[in-house]
Amino acid sequence: MSPLIETQGVTRVLPAAVPVTLVQDITLAIGAGEFVAITGPSGSGKSSLLYLLGLLDRPTSGTLAIEGRDTAGLTERERAAIRLGTLGFVFQFHFLLPEFTVRENVEIPMRRLGRLGTVAMRDRSTELLSALGLHDHLDKRPDQLSGGQRQRVAVARSLANDPPLILADEPTGSLDSRSSEQVFSILDALVRERGKTVIAVTHDTEMAAKASRRIHLVDGRLAES
Amino acid sequence: MRLILALALTHISGRGRQTLVAIVGVALGVGFSIAMASLMQGGEDDFVARLVDTMPHVDITDEYRNARRQPAQDAFAAVQIAGLRPKDDRRGILNPTEAVAMLRAWVPGRLALSLKTQGVVRYSGRDVGIAIIGIEPQAEMKVSSLAKDFRQGSFTSLIAGGNNIVVGDRLAQRLGADLGTTVTVVSSTGQSRAFKIVGLFHTGTTARDEGEGYVLLKNAQILSERPNAINEIRLKLDDPNAAPQVARRAEAQLGYKAMAWQEANESLLEALVIRNVIMYTVVGAILLVAGFGIFNIISTITHEKARDIAILKSLGFTETDMRRLFLLEGLALGAGGSLVGWAVGFLLCFALSLVRFELSGANVAQEITRLPLAWSIWHYLIAAGFALVSAGIAGYLPARQAARLNPVDIIRGAT
Repeated sequence: MSPLIETQGVTRVLPAAVPVTLVQDITLAIGAGEFVAITGPSGSGKSSLLYLLGLLDRPTSGTLAIEGRDTAGLTERERAAIRLGTLGFVFQFHFLLPEFTVRENVEIPMRRLGRLGTVAMRDRSTELLSALGLHDHLDKRPDQLSGGQRQRVAVARSLANDPPLILADEPTGSLDSRSSEQVFSILDALVRERGKTVIAVTHDTEMAAKASRRIHLVDGRLAES
Repeated sequence: MRLILALALTHISGRGRQTLVAIVGVALGVGFSIAMASLMQGGEDDFVARLVDTMPHVDITDEYRNARRQPAQDAFAAVQIAGLRPKDDRRGILNPTEAVAMLRAWVPGRLALSLKTQGVVRYSGRDVGIAIIGIEPQAEMKVSSLAKDFRQGSFTSLIAGGNNIVVGDRLAQRLGADLGTTVTVVSSTGQSRAFKIVGLFHTGTTARDEGEGYVLLKNAQILSERPNAINEIRLKLDDPNAAPQVARRAEAQLGYKAMAWQEANESLLEALVIRNVIMYTVVGAILLVAGFGIFNIISTITHEKARDIAILKSLGFTETDMRRLFLLEGLALGAGGSLVGWAVGFLLCFALSLVRFELSGANVAQEITRLPLAWSIWHYLIAAGFALVSAGIAGYLPARQAARLNPVDIIRGAT
């Protein structure tokens, strides 16, 4: 079985007067059920790599395949479809839409995908949020929640369309240690209990230590860890 | 699509004051253009109505559009014939009874026959040249607007028969005559008859008030020594706009020149078209300005919502979705503005309809007139349509920009 996500010599250079190389020659394969931590010092290209893996950015050279499908020739629309159905994002800042309630935020990706009916979407958002301990906050707005709660909503949203792969960019970066612990264990449970794959960029050595696999970046290159 | 709409509405409702400003901008544009269109159209309708009212809708006269071919031209294959003396045509519409019967069969409206001839009215040593128009009073009343303009007496005074005449009040003034005065009418053929004035009319048009006299058709035929002749058939149609078609058909059928009121007043109607062009230009300019308001708010929203755009794109929304989102926001503002604008336009029109003028002319009794306003659903639809189009354009440009935003740039910026 082909790995969930596979890169071959992926390089990303920002075009400028003096071109900036974000990541260089990354070759890796990540299979289903892995909890991968991407670590490295600031500016080492961790987030850039994650954006490339999440199809938010296109590599300057090299190939990237998701579920065995090469993404180089895909149109913007097809890439968006993969983001919608196959990938889930959790960012450092919760990035919830402030005008919508917690439940609506979780339902937005479902509505975009349009696979479920209104009732089914409601059931699913309730279930996802309850599982993350948010059943009392379904109809609150994001600014009425604490940082940890918001981040849990963001996790619920990333799971909305039940994607096999969750990409997290410093998911605990702006949280206190208790909330960090909570969010981490949620991600960990996703891998263990639901067979999801999580790729998380993190500064948190403790979190990295608990991951099933660590990828260390230095100056945009893979380094031994 | 419903999701995109929900997002769009949330965006604009989240910006209360700016949204209000944009909507008010569009609403004022739409409202004023409706009011203006209503006034201009009303003025035009009023003008045309007066025009149409005073004129026959189709005027069939005993003339031909092209000079008749002379028999010599058909008899000889000559290049040029010089010194030809054309045969005298018997003037008037030939076979009037048949012609009238043919028209009656299909013309959607009313018609009146008349014989118009030139003559002179003589009284107390004064001579005034007038057009003597022989009419059938009953038919005439259904066709002519003159029936409304009588100061004293009316066409019905003619029905009784006898040598009676109805003239304009200014003519009577010039002659020094009055109702009941007997004047002498001399026709161009030299016939002279005494007529009693049984009616005075005042149309406001000096040429008519000073230069027309109506008598019974029979009397006119006697005066011009043309028994049973008529030289004009005037039609009043149920729908004045059908006049050109009716005129064309009548002309084809009878061979005589039939002129629709539109043809008779071509230059005036052209002037109205130009007026309309000016009006729509001004209205368009107003709405264009409103469009800039929309452009401004959508641009601002795009900048402020850059983060939302990044989030939505990372969630799997496409560029097309983003373009639609902001385009919809523009259209929603345009639609909201149009709806409010309809109310503004309606109220403005209502307010204008309450304005009253008092016109007083030298010879006219005081007349109270209201502003002529036309109510047409089209004014509302055109104004809203234009507002929506400019809102769409105003929304499209920022929308395109929003769609192109690279989510990574924004996510990086935020972290």
